[in-house]
Amino acid sequence: MDEVTAAVEARELRKGYRSRAGEVRALDGLSFSAEAGTIFALLGPNGAGKTTTVRILTTLSRPDAGTAVVAGVDVLKRPGRVRSVIGTVSQHSGAVSLLTGYENLVLQGRLYGMPRKELRRRAAELLDQFGLAEAAGRQVRTYSGGMRRRLDVATALVHRPAVLFLDEPTTGLDPEGRADLWAVLTGLSAQTGTTILVTTHYLDEADKFAAKVAITDRGRIVAEGTSDQLKARLQGDSVLLELGDAGQVEQAGKALAQVPQVRQTTADGTVVRARVADGPRALPAVLAGLEAGAVPVLSVTVARPSLDDVYLHYAGRSFGQAERSAVA
Amino acid sequence: MNLTRQSWALLTGRYLRQLYRQPAVIGITLTQPVIWLLLFGALFKKVAEIPGFGGGNYISYLTPGVVIMTALFSSSWSGMSFIEDMDTGVMDRFLTAPVSRGALIVSSLAYQAVTTVVQSAIIIAIGWGIGAGFPGGAGGIAALIAVSVLIALAMAGLSDGLALLVPQRETLIAASTTLVLPLTFLSGAFLSLQIVPGWIAGIARFNPVNWAASAGREAIAAHPPWGTVASYAGFLAVALVVTAAMSTRAFRLAQK
Repeated sequence: MDEVTAAVEARELRKGYRSRAGEVRALDGLSFSAEAGTIFALLGPNGAGKTTTVRILTTLSRPDAGTAVVAGVDVLKRPGRVRSVIGTVSQHSGAVSLLTGYENLVLQGRLYGMPRKELRRRAAELLDQFGLAEAAGRQVRTYSGGMRRRLDVATALVHRPAVLFLDEPTTGLDPEGRADLWAVLTGLSAQTGTTILVTTHYLDEADKFAAKVAITDRGRIVAEGTSDQLKARLQGDSVLLELGDAGQVEQAGKALAQVPQVRQTTADGTVVRARVADGPRALPAVLAGLEAGAVPVLSVTVARPSLDDVYLHYAGRSFGQAERSAVA
Repeated sequence: MNLTRQSWALLTGRYLRQLYRQPAVIGITLTQPVIWLLLFGALFKKVAEIPGFGGGNYISYLTPGVVIMTALFSSSWSGMSFIEDMDTGVMDRFLTAPVSRGALIVSSLAYQAVTTVVQSAIIIAIGWGIGAGFPGGAGGIAALIAVSVLIALAMAGLSDGLALLVPQRETLIAASTTLVLPLTFLSGAFLSLQIVPGWIAGIARFNPVNWAASAGREAIAAHPPWGTVASYAGFLAVALVVTAAMSTRAFRLAQK
């Protein structure tokens, strides 16, 4: 690789909304950059600012402050130009349900000014590639959720965009549908070099499929890198201890503070997580410490760092907690 | 300029195709005005005999009124398509494609124009079938249809703008019902303004629905006062430009 070019660059994006509860800061100085030709994941719980970020990058919304560049074009200064080089798949389907799959593709292509003949060829090619050739002549309202999603991606690709944005594309899909969609996206990235920016709140997806992950929390990027880099930075394993009831959590924390191998403890419900350099080696000391503190333990698991741990480490709260507080 | 390459024309085509695939909707929209014609025709049959009404055949008086009212009713739902598109993500897809906000409004209005022309023509044919007279001939009928399109577009612009600002079906239904019925009854659509209370006649002078009903009725007369018709049409055109501009502006406000 001679030169690494950023296909998407967000710098210091800020955006607030006024709601009944007062001023809500959706983005609080969010910055990241995604390399051309890769899959980049914005990972975070609901309410972290992922959708707002994508709406700004795809010209649907404007930030209060900050700049953004997509495929070399300034999003705020030349939104029209950006629209012609991006493809978008929003959380909602985006397909017209009374039109057939083929008609949706053709309408989209014509909106981009593609000539009819080329468009016919392109639509057939995409329908084939996305396993929709047989359903092409059916109205979209008869499609399954997975088929609709595949059509959405196909539609976003009609005009061969340089950058494809997908906002929570796998939400609401069954495991098979999710796997299908990821197969499509990784294939697309490998074959055409399209830059793919995807938001997700599935840690495993970001871990497995994205070349680079940016962890979003409360409107900021708290960590950015490959999932291996992010995990390596943690330098440690987790010992997960399940307690009988949440009332014992504090007691467990005190007991673990006495164990020299334990660097940090956090709790989520009845599960206490002790961070240690080497899980299997520290385990006897951890258990001995709990026994000394008279804390009964229901089960113990030693975990290598996951993105969950990365999230906890950088955001200061577990992914589950963040997700719940966003809903509340 | 190739019109079918324009994005508004493509989007209008999409609306028409959607309508074609909902025969029940077509059936209901065509049945409704027939009911109005027959019902009001029977209900108000004798009013034509009231001194001051001018005599004549009430169906002849009523038909242009029903044409205008139907155009108004149908177009007041125009914003529903926008709400539907916003809920399903279709709107966002169009907005991230190189489609201007103006083109989205124009496509909605063009679709409304096409359906209003067809609907008005059918009502006129039915009215004629049950005894309405059109002494002004084809020219008058064409002018009546044109006026029905103008009032429909002015209303559709308002409906679209409202839908963009408050994207909720319930709100749009409540607003259009609250607006459409009084606008219709505060006009000369069903009764001559000669025989209604003075305050209603006073309000009617500033009511676009009354402009449309009056222009349409004058246009189909034996010797139409074209000057009057044209000035009403001019007022309606201004109303249309205002509501269309408002709804285009509403896009920017909706996109926070």
